[in-house]
Amino acid sequence: MTKTTNHSGQLGGISRRRLLQGASALGAAAVVGPLGARVAHAAPKRGGTFRLAMGHGNTSDSYDPATWDNAYVQVFATARHGYLTEIAADGSLVGELAESWEASKDARTWTLKLRSGVRYHSGKAVTAEDVIASLNYHRGEDSKSAAKPIVKGITEMRADGPGVVVVTLEAGNADFPFVLSDYHLPVMPSSGGKIDPTSRDGCGAYVVDSYEPGVRATMKRNPEYWKSGRAHFDAVEMLAIVDPAARQNALVTGEVDAIDRVDLNTVHLLKRARNVEVVTTTGTQHYTFAMDTRAAPFDDNNVRMALKYALDREELVEKILNGYGEVGNDHPIGRSNRYHAASLEQRTYDPDKARHYLKKAGLDKLEVSLSAADAAFTGAVDAAVLYSERAAVAGITVNVVREPNDGYWSNVWMKKPWSAVYWGGRPTEDWMFTTAYAEGAAWNDTFWSHQRFNALLAEARSELDDARRRAMYEEMQALVSNEGGVVVPMFASYVMGLSSKVAHPEQVGANWTLDGFRAIERWWFA
Amino acid sequence: MLQMIAQRLALGVLTLFLISVLIFGAIELLPGDIAEEILGQSATPETVEAFRRELGLDRPAHLRYLDWLGGVAQGDLGHSLANRRPIADLIAGRLANTLFLALYAAVIAVPLSLALGILAALYRNSLYDRAVNVFTLSSISFPEFFVAYILIFFLAQSGLFPSIARVTPGADLADKLHRTFLPALTLTLVVTAHMMRMTRAAIINLLASPYIEMARLKGVGPARIVLRHALPNALAPIINVIALNLAYLITGVVVVEVVFVYPGLGQLMVDSVSKRDVTVVQAAALIFACAYVLLNLVADVLSTLSNPRLVHRR
Repeated sequence: MTKTTNHSGQLGGISRRRLLQGASALGAAAVVGPLGARVAHAAPKRGGTFRLAMGHGNTSDSYDPATWDNAYVQVFATARHGYLTEIAADGSLVGELAESWEASKDARTWTLKLRSGVRYHSGKAVTAEDVIASLNYHRGEDSKSAAKPIVKGITEMRADGPGVVVVTLEAGNADFPFVLSDYHLPVMPSSGGKIDPTSRDGCGAYVVDSYEPGVRATMKRNPEYWKSGRAHFDAVEMLAIVDPAARQNALVTGEVDAIDRVDLNTVHLLKRARNVEVVTTTGTQHYTFAMDTRAAPFDDNNVRMALKYALDREELVEKILNGYGEVGNDHPIGRSNRYHAASLEQRTYDPDKARHYLKKAGLDKLEVSLSAADAAFTGAVDAAVLYSERAAVAGITVNVVREPNDGYWSNVWMKKPWSAVYWGGRPTEDWMFTTAYAEGAAWNDTFWSHQRFNALLAEARSELDDARRRAMYEEMQALVSNEGGVVVPMFASYVMGLSSKVAHPEQVGANWTLDGFRAIERWWFA
Repeated sequence: MLQMIAQRLALGVLTLFLISVLIFGAIELLPGDIAEEILGQSATPETVEAFRRELGLDRPAHLRYLDWLGGVAQGDLGHSLANRRPIADLIAGRLANTLFLALYAAVIAVPLSLALGILAALYRNSLYDRAVNVFTLSSISFPEFFVAYILIFFLAQSGLFPSIARVTPGADLADKLHRTFLPALTLTLVVTAHMMRMTRAAIINLLASPYIEMARLKGVGPARIVLRHALPNALAPIINVIALNLAYLITGVVVVEVVFVYPGLGQLMVDSVSKRDVTVVQAAALIFACAYVLLNLVADVLSTLSNPRLVHRR
């Protein structure tokens, strides 16, 4: 009964025009949901208690959306909260609390029409004021929110009647509705223009019964949930099981019904277990080695190119990901993205080319240090060692510096000149590039500043023509790949283990783990 | 006696104070603070700044420490910096879990190791003695998680016991004992060797002394010699070793907690250190320190009581 399914989510099978109009096409999609006509499994059934074990979860987790940083709190939040928009399993954007949206011609002013009649678990109705307060929580000087850079573009928000919110942006952004699907931005009840970040109240599919951070959360189905064809489980228990062996044991022995983060070293053993299905999705999650392009020797693009030719991507996918992933092409846009540049030639391991670029840089040999820790991504240190082995053939000495896991993001990433990095990825090209490649962006970890790239980025953001937009994003991918400071060896799959009792729609969302964090409301017991 | 206890308690309070200073200092020395750790990869300078302002972390360290100390002196452990939960609530459940597991393991391990040790002393150098030694020493020599995985492999995958010790608040005792059997057994295997060996060594040591020879000469049987004549005099070292192992069962079982997904204090402490949640770390450290101080005190009192020469001093 063991089978493996792979879902390569296609982000954005949606035209520009439909995105701007929102309502007509997507409103309908929201009702049908991802359980449309193409469901191979039996029709979803109501009932049962879904026990989900996750490889994250910490005692210091909280209800505060400013601090959500791991998959446990993200899945938990998505189960109890409603968001303005939702990324459907096929990667398209559908309305959730925002029934429809309309942009001005320059994509600077967005008018969101809210779904009426939606209530929080506490009984209070969802209002335009709540939407504004929920977004405002992440803005302003006193915001400690991790989502602050995400909502930075908003300059003004006002309620236009009870069910309409008008948002004005600093500059046109055609992808703004995608931003509103971010997991940090649930709509929460407000009073006096402020939300209570310690509150568990939301308008999502499940009502929180109990929550002990880092241990367990229990939830009951929200009897008044407005979506049809969703929220099939009567109750949900979410466990934090950080140890991979314990997690897999729990699944095999029937203590839980589903787990995330299957250990790639032992996934073949898990597949042997009866009544277990391994589900993988490959979306935007990718691993990188980011160089500080301001620091010698990485300030010379020839050196960067030499390093990009000096690693064997296939080998990394094979050995580090155990085959659960795809090779990267030194830019962060994956095959599942809308404007992925398929025509861009795939870079391969080529020691001769690496030497050629070294010579162009005026060097015979090169010695650099690569900082890595498993905090960056599982297997980062091993990946760095493999890199070092392959680079040696091209006359490049890569000294692998094993950094402590503790404090990796504050002390190593963006501090050391070359380090291993994890990216969950972003649903749109603009969002990804703006987050980590635009000049001056807070998380531009290569400190890259490329005039043409930055100009294209601003232009593409408010461009209306689909073909022109595609051309621009493809050029930007080529620029990052050929001149950027980042080595992107691989896109890693999300690998989950399910008991055969659990059924899911044929297409599973690839934008995040566990069906885009929404397994709890999308899956059911067969 | 009472004077000794009072003296030791006063020293204990001083120890706790010094430990709190040490722990606070150590966390200050760790790179990064709670704002950076919680925001992680998403941190930007402004948000870290705002986070610190909100938690009052922009104030100097000694003022923060004095604030905390003032609260503790009045019995208020404060709030978790990470999620604002009162620490007393946060710790109460965890402490109960930890004590339950420690007690469960101790109830199995202490009688077991005493019995094994006494029997090993009685039949020393026999096949039985060797087998017990090899078995207990091997189980202490393997890392705890390995022992745990072996037990899971044999006892959980067959469905006999659950592989994760999921204790729900409303569960009855029998269910709880069943669910936590594997972690308790793991801990038993880990601590048995130490206590067993000490019991065996202390008794064997005494068996060579003249008064035992005297007893043997007047025809006392071997069991009676060990239980009646040797054991009372061997109690002091055994009690000390038991106290140390009990303290270990309370403070040192984080690996077992992780493998069996058991929400105890160890996991809480590790999580809080990794996020630099200093108030929670302080509280957990104080509890651990208390466990050591009190168990050692109890051990000293008991070993004094076991020695009539110390009790009836002239």
